[in-house]
Amino acid sequence: MLIVTQASELSTQAEVSDEIAAASKAYEAGDRGDAQPLLDYPPYRSSVLRHPTKDLHHTDPETIERWAPCFGPQDVSPLEADLTIQHSGEPIGERITVAGRVVDGDGRPVAHQLVEIWQANAGGRYIHKRDQHPAPLDPNFTGAGRLITAADGSYSFQTIKPGPYPWKNHRNAWRPAHIHFSLFGTDFTQRLVTQMYFPGDPLFALDPIYQSITDADARARLVATYDHDLTTPEWSTGYRWDIVLTGSHRTWLEDEA
Amino acid sequence: MSTLMPTPGQTVGPFFHYGLPYEGGAELVPAGHPDAIRLHGTVLDGAGDPVPDSLIEIWQADPEGRIVQAPGSLHRDGWTFTGWGRAATDAAGRYSFTTVLPGAAEGDAPFFAVTVFARGLLDRLFSRAYVPEHPALHDDALLTSLPEDRRGTLIASSDASGLVFDIRLQGEGETVFLTFPDNGRLQA
Repeated sequence: MLIVTQASELSTQAEVSDEIAAASKAYEAGDRGDAQPLLDYPPYRSSVLRHPTKDLHHTDPETIERWAPCFGPQDVSPLEADLTIQHSGEPIGERITVAGRVVDGDGRPVAHQLVEIWQANAGGRYIHKRDQHPAPLDPNFTGAGRLITAADGSYSFQTIKPGPYPWKNHRNAWRPAHIHFSLFGTDFTQRLVTQMYFPGDPLFALDPIYQSITDADARARLVATYDHDLTTPEWSTGYRWDIVLTGSHRTWLEDEA
Repeated sequence: MSTLMPTPGQTVGPFFHYGLPYEGGAELVPAGHPDAIRLHGTVLDGAGDPVPDSLIEIWQADPEGRIVQAPGSLHRDGWTFTGWGRAATDAAGRYSFTTVLPGAAEGDAPFFAVTVFARGLLDRLFSRAYVPEHPALHDDALLTSLPEDRRGTLIASSDASGLVFDIRLQGEGETVFLTFPDNGRLQA
């Protein structure tokens, strides 16, 4: 069993890394773990009192759970997909395109559905009163965007590459740079909130939130790919990230599928 | 069965407040609507302390039990019922929606489908808030599959303004959280 220290005595990175390694070893030994994050993952200290101790209860979705809320053009302005034009000046940082497709477990596009993102600025600072990281705020960057996917499930955001930032999980803890994503499918049961990471981040091995997904292949699905085809000359670099929601329980008609 | 492996979830984190909640998110109908009720409650952790950085979403049928496929949840016009809402918890861990009672098909027990997000919660949780004192509760497939002492965690209680549904993430009276077939969790 992993020992959880009091919040007043912060663990070191080495201690947290040992816990991450132990959880990973337990997974490889086959006694727990799956393609989703463990909810009970003590290296992420805030999870200790906030995970259910009883197993999730298996049930079949009822009708309402086989449908999802519907969003449309009145919900989202096309300008909201560009996080770099929300203020009068240019935000500081590396301008990027983040684009990809949202599909369900059978590869069907998730069309005309809401995608929301939020992120830190280039210096690793969130516009949030709880973020006390003394990196500068950028008056030209808020860091929140949204869009409606196209008919083929594709999406594309213009933004700034977020910086890594420190947090107080343990002493000298740093989160790998990431963009938070919120997604809906065609079914209520497909609801997904997750984080997209950037390739080759040296902080991956040290981060208990990323490592809470004990399966290495599953973890890797959160990492975008640099895609030179998404760059704009003299303007921005590009990352591709495709998102797969869980399977749909709906009975699909021939012309919908 | 799905053929592609799903993208895993991650915690909503501490800084979702400027990304997800929005004005009017919790008002599925205006408070002056003749059938308006309040659905509210407190999110609690394993120590019984309120969770001030949680986000609750509800998804429901209309009072006649119809599934609504009307857009407009993010910019409500005051007339269109979309069936979906979002509310962050306050400093005391409380959330509150203004909505109408959901209906259900003949013989089915009506409920609000509930999604719970929080800092410290590594993946979202699904639950149901059933409308209390409905005759179909006794035959509901989910409720009857639960041990008797846990059923009550999914049934809202009535108060003067509507319904109360507290969410206990852990410990005494832990809310029943749900998993559906084919959801990417490999554990049986």
